[in-house]
Amino acid sequence: MTIALNIQNLSVVYDAFVALNDVSLSVERGESFGLVGESGSGKSTLLRAVAGLAPVHSGTIMVEDIKFSGSQRDKAFYRQVQMVFQDPYGSLHPRQTVDRQLLEPLAIHGISDSEPRILRALDEVGLGSSFRFRYPHQLSGGQRQRIAIARALILEPTLLLLDEPTSALDASVQAEVLNLLEQVRRERNLTFVMVSHDLGVVTHMCERLAVMQNGRIVERISSAGLVAGQVADDYTRNLMVASKGFVRVG
Amino acid sequence: MTNLLTVEDLRVSFPTRSGTIEAVRGVSFTLGKERLGIVGESGSGKSQTGRAIMGLTPPHAKITAKTLNFAGVDLLTASAHSRRQMRGNRLAMILQDPKYSLNPVMTIGRQIVETLRTHQRISKADARARALAMLEAVQIREPERVFALYPYEVSGGMGQRAMIAMMLIADPELMIADEPTSALDVTVQLDVLRILDRLVAERGMGLIFISHDLRLVSSFCDRVIVMYAGKIVEELAAIDLPNAKHPYTQGLLNCMPTLGTDRHPLPVLQRQPEWAL
Repeated sequence: MTIALNIQNLSVVYDAFVALNDVSLSVERGESFGLVGESGSGKSTLLRAVAGLAPVHSGTIMVEDIKFSGSQRDKAFYRQVQMVFQDPYGSLHPRQTVDRQLLEPLAIHGISDSEPRILRALDEVGLGSSFRFRYPHQLSGGQRQRIAIARALILEPTLLLLDEPTSALDASVQAEVLNLLEQVRRERNLTFVMVSHDLGVVTHMCERLAVMQNGRIVERISSAGLVAGQVADDYTRNLMVASKGFVRVG
Repeated sequence: MTNLLTVEDLRVSFPTRSGTIEAVRGVSFTLGKERLGIVGESGSGKSQTGRAIMGLTPPHAKITAKTLNFAGVDLLTASAHSRRQMRGNRLAMILQDPKYSLNPVMTIGRQIVETLRTHQRISKADARARALAMLEAVQIREPERVFALYPYEVSGGMGQRAMIAMMLIADPELMIADEPTSALDVTVQLDVLRILDRLVAERGMGLIFISHDLRLVSSFCDRVIVMYAGKIVEELAAIDLPNAKHPYTQGLLNCMPTLGTDRHPLPVLQRQPEWAL
């Protein structure tokens, strides 16, 4: 198997605050890898560092065979790597139509056959061409997240960074979006790195996962191992108890 | 059991330029000193139901009901002044995100003391002592320190506990919790729920717990109301949830990915137009 993403000793520092402390991980091509942890554990920072959106202090990031250090990324990088953000209400331009938002990445990369690509992208996320000239405020949260996914997929990347793609959505809509993500991964043989605080979602979507706390990875485990309870770290155990829901004492 | 709250045929509608939007369409239920869960997805009218009971519906909205009675007071005809006196005192509400629901330019202690002194004649020193005791009751370890902090200086879980302290300090008879833990981390969620559970049990108040998480609500409440498109589609005891009859309730239960179940793809809700009739 080839390695799609390889991170070595990555550290991210904001002024005096160490958000990510010496993290290493590698994700194989076609794999889906999960990152779990509470707010402030550095899981989103890790994704942002890969995408060049966080100040990398030290360490290297390799995507396929190209090495990156620091936060400079070239255009070719963004054809390989795309990101879907948590809040579909904040990640679309409020005054641009769906058509305009999907055209933007194509225009940046000088891709000419925009018309069929936009139609195909919309079709792929199950929205159809009637949504093409709508504004974000005319769409529901689930539909907006589908547009964000379409925008990420329109450049045909190989690696998709998913930062809590369903945590702002209703449970019923979450199932639809998760199914859509699984389907596009299967069809395009994509590599996923997915951040979530919900162990149920991560074990559903990913084969392997890493548990993060205070900017470090405290445990790496396969989803099957987690379900079987082969957990070494206390913090992971706490997360598992919490995901089972509320139990009244006494 | 005498009813603390009686709601009969409650309707909340918002006039807009493109016609009237009916957010709540004929909701009826009664509540004693128990925990009632209201579950539904965004736009199902669950929050608007809670807000109508609190009297926090925007002034341009239209509220009608056959009965909206809280402990003998008709909330529909009560004056704005008397409703204001009840809010925070006899009726309290916990909102979703402490980042937005706490006053950012007032210390946590001052906000709690303000609630108490608005509703009760009490000296400043006594109010402070009660606020500190309340902060301790919500398991804040250093109440003296947190009392003097501003909301931005505390974590989400701590802020939500401060919010609970503020809402409980006047000893309300009915508490409405609108997604009280949705903005918190899973591990912190449980702490906050445990505190809420204990305090509600100790003080014997009625609780309406509004959430989109059916499993969470059923583990926390005695009775659950499931709402869809502004109406109640099913009402059942929390322990009967696995035997839910309505396809919407069953769909909500099934669509969550959980640890140890391997279902690809996840079952998706097939919405039927007749549910919304």
